[in-house]
Amino acid sequence: MTRREFLKKSLAGAGLTLAVSITPFGPRLLSAQEAEKGSFSPSVWLQITPDNIVTVILNKCEMGQGVYTSLPMIVADELEADWKQIRFKPAPAGEKYIDPAWGMQLTGGSTSVRHMYEPLRKAGAAAREMLISAAAQTWKVPVNECLASQNKVHHAKSGRVLTYGRLCGKASKLPIPKNPSLKRENQFRFIGTSTPRLDIPDKVSGKAIFGTDVFVPDMLYAAIARPPVFGAKVISYDKEAAEKVSGVYKVVPMDHGMAVAATAIDLTWKGRDALNAKWDKGTHPDLNNEALEKTFLDHLNKQGAIALDKGNVKNALSQAVKKIEATYILPYLAHVTMEPMNCTASVSGDRCDIWVPTQNHSGSLQVAEKVTGLKVEQIHIQTTYLGGGFGRRGFVDYVEEALQISKATGKPIKLIWTREEDIQNDFYRPYNCCKIEGGVDEKGRLMMWSHKIVAPSVFEHFAPDRLKNGIDPAAVEGIVNMEYEIPNLYVEYVKMDLPIPVGFWRSVGNSHNAFTKESFIDELAHAAKKDPLEFRLSHLANRRSARRVLQVVAEKIAWGKPPKKGQGRGIALHFSFGSHVAQAAEVSVNKKDGTIKVHKVVCAINCGPFVNPNIIIAQVRGAIIMGLSAALKERVNFTNGGVETSNFDNYNELRMDEVPEIEVHIVRSKDKMGGIGEPGLPPIAPAVANAVFAAAGIRLRHLPMIPQTVMEATKKG
Amino acid sequence: MISLEINGKKYEVDVSPDVPLLWVIREYLKLTGTKFGCGVAMCGACTVHLDGKAQRSCITQVGSAQGKKITTIEGLPEDHPVKKAWVAEQVPQCGYCQPGQIMQAAALLSEDPNPTDEKIINFMKGNLCRCGTYPYIKRAIKRAAKEMKK
Repeated sequence: MTRREFLKKSLAGAGLTLAVSITPFGPRLLSAQEAEKGSFSPSVWLQITPDNIVTVILNKCEMGQGVYTSLPMIVADELEADWKQIRFKPAPAGEKYIDPAWGMQLTGGSTSVRHMYEPLRKAGAAAREMLISAAAQTWKVPVNECLASQNKVHHAKSGRVLTYGRLCGKASKLPIPKNPSLKRENQFRFIGTSTPRLDIPDKVSGKAIFGTDVFVPDMLYAAIARPPVFGAKVISYDKEAAEKVSGVYKVVPMDHGMAVAATAIDLTWKGRDALNAKWDKGTHPDLNNEALEKTFLDHLNKQGAIALDKGNVKNALSQAVKKIEATYILPYLAHVTMEPMNCTASVSGDRCDIWVPTQNHSGSLQVAEKVTGLKVEQIHIQTTYLGGGFGRRGFVDYVEEALQISKATGKPIKLIWTREEDIQNDFYRPYNCCKIEGGVDEKGRLMMWSHKIVAPSVFEHFAPDRLKNGIDPAAVEGIVNMEYEIPNLYVEYVKMDLPIPVGFWRSVGNSHNAFTKESFIDELAHAAKKDPLEFRLSHLANRRSARRVLQVVAEKIAWGKPPKKGQGRGIALHFSFGSHVAQAAEVSVNKKDGTIKVHKVVCAINCGPFVNPNIIIAQVRGAIIMGLSAALKERVNFTNGGVETSNFDNYNELRMDEVPEIEVHIVRSKDKMGGIGEPGLPPIAPAVANAVFAAAGIRLRHLPMIPQTVMEATKKG
Repeated sequence: MISLEINGKKYEVDVSPDVPLLWVIREYLKLTGTKFGCGVAMCGACTVHLDGKAQRSCITQVGSAQGKKITTIEGLPEDHPVKKAWVAEQVPQCGYCQPGQIMQAAALLSEDPNPTDEKIINFMKGNLCRCGTYPYIKRAIKRAAKEMKK
């Protein structure tokens, strides 16, 4: 799509535009004129035009999580809109569109609905009140005789009706109510319903525009010859040979490697091959899988930073009647979004345009300022649909590359990474190695828990100010705040420094920490000779929401009754992103070849108030499948100082034949609104590992649970 | 010059015959519904029909597609039972792999209008979806099969 087409789609006639601005005193509504002045930073607009169309402007990206539907539902409800008249428009990157809770424009952390719920309700309600006032003035009747419904204002006494389209001009001249009255829960028409997704028709027809689908007049394509191993320096390359390839426009030296710009995508690869780049062995030639495991295990003996020291674990350990200790290891993982990293950028002397599937609008804007030297107002960023995000698209490395190449060539550049580049240049889910000690008393109550975590820091490079006293919050999340009532709890973090880039991977530290925590509590339950469900419940006396999801899962999977012959059942609980989730899995294990079959998964989620239950169930199912894929199959391999894994033939993912039956139950509550995109993921790996133990007596402490791991664990006993 | 027939329309493209069909469809002819996922026929995002059969366009040389009827997601009718079922079952999340999934499913149903669960799984397991929409895909295929029987 060209910029002109983007603009054509987004241009709207005169009408009512509302913005929400967050002041130190809370959200405040601004008229379009005020917003334009820029004295505040509006975050979201809704626009009503004379054609009676309501356009909701979305400051969050759509990467599958459904926000292009759930956010408009919030506005439509308070506005009393007709759903058929609702349209949506992705916001460009800009100060006006920042997330009020974060102060930046970023999609992640399962926060989109949580952060935008109140501002969008207020925007919708204020518009409704203004439209009602406009109608009342037109008819010269009291406001309280007028009623808004289905994109119209009605005056019942006289039978008169005016559409929002007819009223928007007048309404835009009225003062904006400071505190519009919000609807009561029992008045909601959209919120809480499974309204069909607005993005699905275009995604089925093939019309949806993703990053790779952008075309700009005069654009060139680019490919980058990259260092094959960490820290490698180029020894030689043949620039002239590459530039002789028909269609190759220019070879551009980059910070790491050389880019080839050409008139067609296949020609960029021909040019890259012709470069025949030779590299040295890099900075870490001895780095490989075995060396990594050894290094992580060695670091368990180092002193780390203390993240939590409650009670006295040493004392408690000496008094425990039953003590156990276990070491767990989780591998590096890739995001492998189905759409590889890509960006289209056009840099000229006084203007920069970027079309990009990004989770990080603010970061894209910042990197564009850095590379181009232009002012923010000269930079225009349009977000396309994202072919998956999962945290990977919170990084802007590929945006920076496209910008650099465009700047160097003076041409618009479309950069599409190959799958190999995507897998080998990821910000991986960190490796994680834990040693945990636990002790129970004679009654089978948990006395102490000591948890030492060795892991690289994801925040260290992305947001170093988030590290406090040497503790990366992502490395210890879900452990320091675990819900089990344990009088003595100690958590220590050893930061691991390696050249392997790490980042946010759907549910971040929770995906490690739920596995080690929920596996170990299961080990403790067995050590205490207690039922794993009862053991958990008995340490959650004051945790009503956690107990509730466990109880729902137990009931739905018939925990009290024995599973089918040859199968074992496991359960797990985890609180993350504001939501409580419990899952139970039924599995069987083939001890001869080490294969695990997951037959059924039951999940209960309590996320408090919610907007669209169908989207929640789809998100949770998807998170379970992604988590199961990670638990059973995924691992990035390293060799000779670089990434060995390269494509889907050696990065194994769960496929349709391995997907179990999955049941998701939403537990209704009045708890604070929780997140949806991520919390479904963490409990599945431990639920399956615990089920494997129940089925076969094998305790799996290394992920992924591939046949080799199962056979090794069987041998160990 | 390479001559192609895509969705009933004839195209002449100046491209080397060894370039994968995928890139010609997408980047030369701008029919962008067909997606790039891996380039090695391991994910199915690039699935199109060649003479009615599902093919991975990322490993199909454009030269070999000459003389064949190529159908892409844009050429599958909007009222095709598979497309309708995909909307009815609300299958897509991010949506990137879905054109490939839909083309694969449409090929399955034209070959076997009443596939068993096992047949569906075996025919579809070459198509990856990172969002994990598999349960929905399965349901949509069954719905489409039912619709086609009517």
